[in-house]
Amino acid sequence: MTLYIKHKQIVVPGELIIDEGKYVVEGKVYCINKRYYSKVLGLVEVDEENKRIKVISLKGKYIPEVGDIVIGKVIDVGLTNWTVDINSPYTAILQVTEVFSKPTSISRNSLSQILDVGDIIIAKVIAFDFTRDPLLTIKESKLGKVTKGTMVEIDPSKIPRLIGKKGSMISMIKDMLDVDIIVGKNGRVIVVGKNPLKEGISTLVIKMIEKEAHTTGLTDRVKIFIEEKLREVKQ
Amino acid sequence: MSSKASEVLSLLKRDVLLGNLKRGERLDGRGPEDYREIKIETGIIGKAEGSALVHIGDTKVIAGVKAEIGTPFPDTPNQGVQIVNAELIPLASPIFEPGPPGEDDIELARVIDRGLRSAETIRLDELVLIPGKKVWTIFIDIYSLDYNGNLFDASGLAALSALLTTNLKKTEITGENIILKEEEQPLPVGRKPVYVTLVKIEDILLVDPSYEEELLADARITFIVDESDNICGIQKGGKKGFKPSEILKAADIAIETATKLRKILPST
Amino acid sequence: MKISPIKLIDENGRRIDGRLPHEIRKVKIESGVLKNADGSAYIELGNNKIIVAVYGPREVYPKHQALADRALLRCRYSMAPFSVEERKTPSPTRREIELSKVIREALEPAIFLEEYPRTAIDVFIEVLEADGGTRTASITAASVALADAGIPMRDLVTAIAIGKVEGLLVVDLNGLEDQYGEGDMPIAMMPQLGYVTLFQADGRFTAEELKEAFKLANDAIKKIYEEQKQALKRKYLKVAEIGEI
Repeated sequence: MTLYIKHKQIVVPGELIIDEGKYVVEGKVYCINKRYYSKVLGLVEVDEENKRIKVISLKGKYIPEVGDIVIGKVIDVGLTNWTVDINSPYTAILQVTEVFSKPTSISRNSLSQILDVGDIIIAKVIAFDFTRDPLLTIKESKLGKVTKGTMVEIDPSKIPRLIGKKGSMISMIKDMLDVDIIVGKNGRVIVVGKNPLKEGISTLVIKMIEKEAHTTGLTDRVKIFIEEKLREVKQ
Repeated sequence: MSSKASEVLSLLKRDVLLGNLKRGERLDGRGPEDYREIKIETGIIGKAEGSALVHIGDTKVIAGVKAEIGTPFPDTPNQGVQIVNAELIPLASPIFEPGPPGEDDIELARVIDRGLRSAETIRLDELVLIPGKKVWTIFIDIYSLDYNGNLFDASGLAALSALLTTNLKKTEITGENIILKEEEQPLPVGRKPVYVTLVKIEDILLVDPSYEEELLADARITFIVDESDNICGIQKGGKKGFKPSEILKAADIAIETATKLRKILPST
Repeated sequence: MKISPIKLIDENGRRIDGRLPHEIRKVKIESGVLKNADGSAYIELGNNKIIVAVYGPREVYPKHQALADRALLRCRYSMAPFSVEERKTPSPTRREIELSKVIREALEPAIFLEEYPRTAIDVFIEVLEADGGTRTASITAASVALADAGIPMRDLVTAIAIGKVEGLLVVDLNGLEDQYGEGDMPIAMMPQLGYVTLFQADGRFTAEELKEAFKLANDAIKKIYEEQKQALKRKYLKVAEIGEI
């Protein structure tokens, strides 16, 4: 059994990772003739302690999964639904019944008064199986139209890095900059802060994490970056 | 859409086909390297300088040759001109759509053209009337009439058979004047390339695929073979790949098959 | 076949550009060169200069073209009018239409299209300067652009042309050798898995030469494959220098 790669190595599609055997292999890999190959341009994580290997994609489109919180943009208003762009090859649908808890009768005109083209919403994916467009809901708490803040778009594959282990990265940004951050699985992030300067720094920080997501020691560098920016603001 | 319906092979049929193939048998009873029955009719179009209708099983393709006096290409002033065109017309199959030639038509025409050129089938150097100014232009137009698999081989055979039976008017040249005479002479031809196509289904190679076998195929390869067993052209197609060893094996099968096919070519 | 007005191989066995028969031209590949595209790559192979953009997986327009069980792969190979000696018309020629098809079929075996039903993956290839071997260089660059777009693939696809010049098999034909040589055999492979995904031939070859061609192609493809890998990794390693990886 041979391990062909090292921890934190960047691999290309078709690059041999490991022979089948001692390690549990996860992520963006495929297996033929008892050998695991990467199927993406990715980063390998080797967890020697738990004998796990994971290949994480460095780039890629968002593919909806049921339960995902996404940030969508209304692009069309229909008779009984809205068409919502969720930064994915699959455009989502938001039915009227997923907006109101009680049955309501409304005309097309009033539909656009509730959500109009260009509106940003925080929504949850409630159905998707590739055969039909994904369905959204905004009926639950914390979901619905976004009325303030700044939206940042990053590569969806970088979202886990932005959140960090057990939310460590995102909590640090929130605490240091006194902002609220809503992260959509689809690569869109909304930052709301009382201080517009701090809101601006937050967006820079998020872009920095996207660019350097595959490097180690990132949390420390982000901390230093924020401290520097805050000093600049005070001056 | 009717075309989509006939492009999707039922899973039931797929299983039967695959099961049979693994026992070395094809749906129409042929073995993997067997060719379907071939029939060639030549000289069927009076208005054309040469013509051939080729049947390979139920696949039918007609090729017509027209000759015109034209000007040579600037980079080949002392050569005649060869132009091959192929049309997959809707008459031949529900999957062919009307309209200008698509990529399948163009690929077919260009593969036929390359084979004839590499083999120097038409002796273009002998088609010069006034050097640098007037040459014969030979148009080969290939029309599919009934598509039931293996259009490449049928088209190649039709084009070659038509060329082998093409007659050009004799000419008399005085200065810049070209007079066409009543008398005819055969088109000067060189090597005779035969087109042999195989498909790969899983790890099985099949010669002369039927339409259903083409639908099921992982990949396709055409070899163009002349009478000295030289390969005068290759074209791989299809959505998967071949192992190099499979290509070499296919080449050997194609060369053997070409020898057999050559026996039924019309005499010039 | 045209008769060459020039000697393509000299008495020392060197080719017109000084290369030995098995040598490829200088190759340079870069990934992620375009901002708008989901993935992109630029290749220089000798004097060839080609840029490739990949968009997708994205929604299919027109919608009826969408496939229920996999992504639709579309490919457009195009030569800029100024890429060749005599200006080429900007509208697609029959050659470009055929090459778009065979390039698509060379890339398709490598892509996990089944992971994105009802979407399209578009590959746009623009030849900026041509000097023999544009289809193979296009395939090499296109597979880098696909990987750069984060599209799941079984392998990269690497391609090279084997040719016949004055009776000799040579690797990576340049423009003059392509024009005046006796044969051209472009080959594309998935280097890790060993599958041939594009194979064409023009000119006359014996069955023996076919075998020899695969051997020659294998060595050239290994070299180019390393360049492809480096091009994809370089971008991320550069960033990593800031921090440590």
